[in-house]
Amino acid sequence: MDKMSLLRESIMGRRSLLQGLGAAAIGISITGGLAACSKGEEKKSASGEEPKLNFYNWDTYIGETTLDDFKQAAGIEVNMSLFATNDELFAKLRAGNPGFDVIVPSNDFVERMVKADMLMPLDHAKIPNFKNAAPAFTDVPYDPKRAYSMPYTWLVLGIGYRKSKMKGPIDSWKVLFDSDEYKGRIALLSEAGDLFRLSAKYKGHSVNGLNKDIIAEIEAMLKKQKANVKAFHEDNGQDLLLSGEVDVVLEYNGDIAQIMKEDPDIDFVVPKEGSQFNSDNLAIPKGAPHPENAHAFINYLLDAEAGKKISETILYPTPNAAAKALMPDDYKNNPVIFPPAAILAKCEYASYNAELQPLYEEAFTRIRAD
Amino acid sequence: MQDWGTQKRVFAAIATAPILWLFTFFVIPLAVLWAYSFGRNVGLTEIDISGTFANYARAIEPLYIAIFGKSVAVAALTTFICLIVGFPVAIAITFAAPKWKPWLLLGIMLPFWTNLLIRTYALMTVLRGEGYANQSLGWLWNLSSNARVVLGLQPLGAWEPLHLLYNNFAVVLGLVYVHLPFMVLPLYAALDRLDRSLIEASLDLGAGHLRTLLTIVAPLAAPGIISGVVITFIPALGAYLTPDLLGGTDSQMIANVIERQFKRANDWPFGSALSFILMYATFIMIAWQASRERKLKREEA
Repeated sequence: MDKMSLLRESIMGRRSLLQGLGAAAIGISITGGLAACSKGEEKKSASGEEPKLNFYNWDTYIGETTLDDFKQAAGIEVNMSLFATNDELFAKLRAGNPGFDVIVPSNDFVERMVKADMLMPLDHAKIPNFKNAAPAFTDVPYDPKRAYSMPYTWLVLGIGYRKSKMKGPIDSWKVLFDSDEYKGRIALLSEAGDLFRLSAKYKGHSVNGLNKDIIAEIEAMLKKQKANVKAFHEDNGQDLLLSGEVDVVLEYNGDIAQIMKEDPDIDFVVPKEGSQFNSDNLAIPKGAPHPENAHAFINYLLDAEAGKKISETILYPTPNAAAKALMPDDYKNNPVIFPPAAILAKCEYASYNAELQPLYEEAFTRIRAD
Repeated sequence: MQDWGTQKRVFAAIATAPILWLFTFFVIPLAVLWAYSFGRNVGLTEIDISGTFANYARAIEPLYIAIFGKSVAVAALTTFICLIVGFPVAIAITFAAPKWKPWLLLGIMLPFWTNLLIRTYALMTVLRGEGYANQSLGWLWNLSSNARVVLGLQPLGAWEPLHLLYNNFAVVLGLVYVHLPFMVLPLYAALDRLDRSLIEASLDLGAGHLRTLLTIVAPLAAPGIISGVVITFIPALGAYLTPDLLGGTDSQMIANVIERQFKRANDWPFGSALSFILMYATFIMIAWQASRERKLKREEA
């Protein structure tokens, strides 16, 4: 996995800022070219559409040869542009689809986009490879019966830590949210919603069971904890941990799994109180110019062999059971990428809550201003 | 020089494109944003422009006023340090040999060739706990510790890395680093036009160097100082990347709050209101600068 470490060194991660910059630039150039593309040659593919597809994806989030393989298999040329955050994706589609066929929103944004009537219902008859999805991902709370989205990857938040610096076993959110044991050696994710929901989990609530009182209680706890926290990171916690800047971070399992390949002193745990799942999904936005091709592409990405190649590159947990079966043991049996089932049973998806989100944000602003 | 009024057609030919550009890509979007600031969210993607002042009322709550205050303080400190550091640099360039001047100016502008984000990441590798700054200091520390042993003294304790990153110090350092050229260039422009015989006269007539600097050079360079202060202060006030990446848990500035309104909080009306308060402050600054300049011109006359 030399490629992986190379990527890491150039400060890459699925959601890092640096990529955001590149992504924005690419996004502009490609969407600028979209109009031109769709007017181009009128060669039809099997689907009756011109053989093109516009794919809007996260950076480093596809197999190395996947797009070429798809072109070989289906004769459809995929034009990929990149986004760095769900907010960027949402903002771009908010005023109307600028020409994307397939997008990769996270679970809460699937929910949000369905509510905002931005996604096209999927025709399951055209996606036979949906049978490859693991049972846990075939009917999810954020998209019942998978009417609008197909599972692409999933992640879980937990604690990444440096083993040699720990004073005891790490198994609770307490070390991050409510203790001065690692004073000045803690970095928390600067996502207000995630921070509040996980703190609620620590206090024994569901990630979807927050209310004003719980938010106030958590705000007080985090205000107190702030003195012990070194930084709120922009999803680059793995870099802070790897460079020795901090010893405990709130991060996604996939990000920590990547750096564990470089530094054996690093480990990851999903705390005993449970945690929050995130899942990225393939969806077709309303107004997509090539919906037939989009279905074909989604079906291809869910193929076992194609899915295996994607997982080999991106190292995130795959919801594709058939692809997982083809992967080597150090991926399949990696307890960081696939945490134990008993712990996962305590994890939940956070549903999008339009009333609470501004409250989280304002409370977080107060915490930071305090 | 010809007045543009006498060559209307030429003027129109040259100015139409930029004016259209400015109108389409600056005035209209800003007007939309301004309208949003009097609106409220309805559903996830719709904004109802109802003429409400609720966003402004919320923006002047103590919480946000304190954040504005902090941002102004950070920007002011940054500007002040830039002025203190930039003035000698500008003087040095002014009095450098002519063949060196272009190179020195190039040196000041060179950082602009690299993106701000890249430079900020570079600064992070320098400042972090095991970064270059701490490595060098640790090396010096060990060296002096060894020297003490050689001299028969007690060795120093183990080197404790300094906390240079993720605090307000790092934010101000980063902002000074980024904004220094904005200060040096207008200062240089003002100092370069300065009549040197005045300085010579001052020195000849018995004023010391410091006195000459403060009572002759500084007032004459005042327009440059004011433009330097304004064009350093304004971007520093709106800085968002630097506090985000270099700051600690309490380093948020107003631009970070605005960013969160547009992204995570999905509250564009409130974000617009906050932006416009910042914009009004900026307009006031620019108006103040213009009036100062007019006053200086009148005094000269």
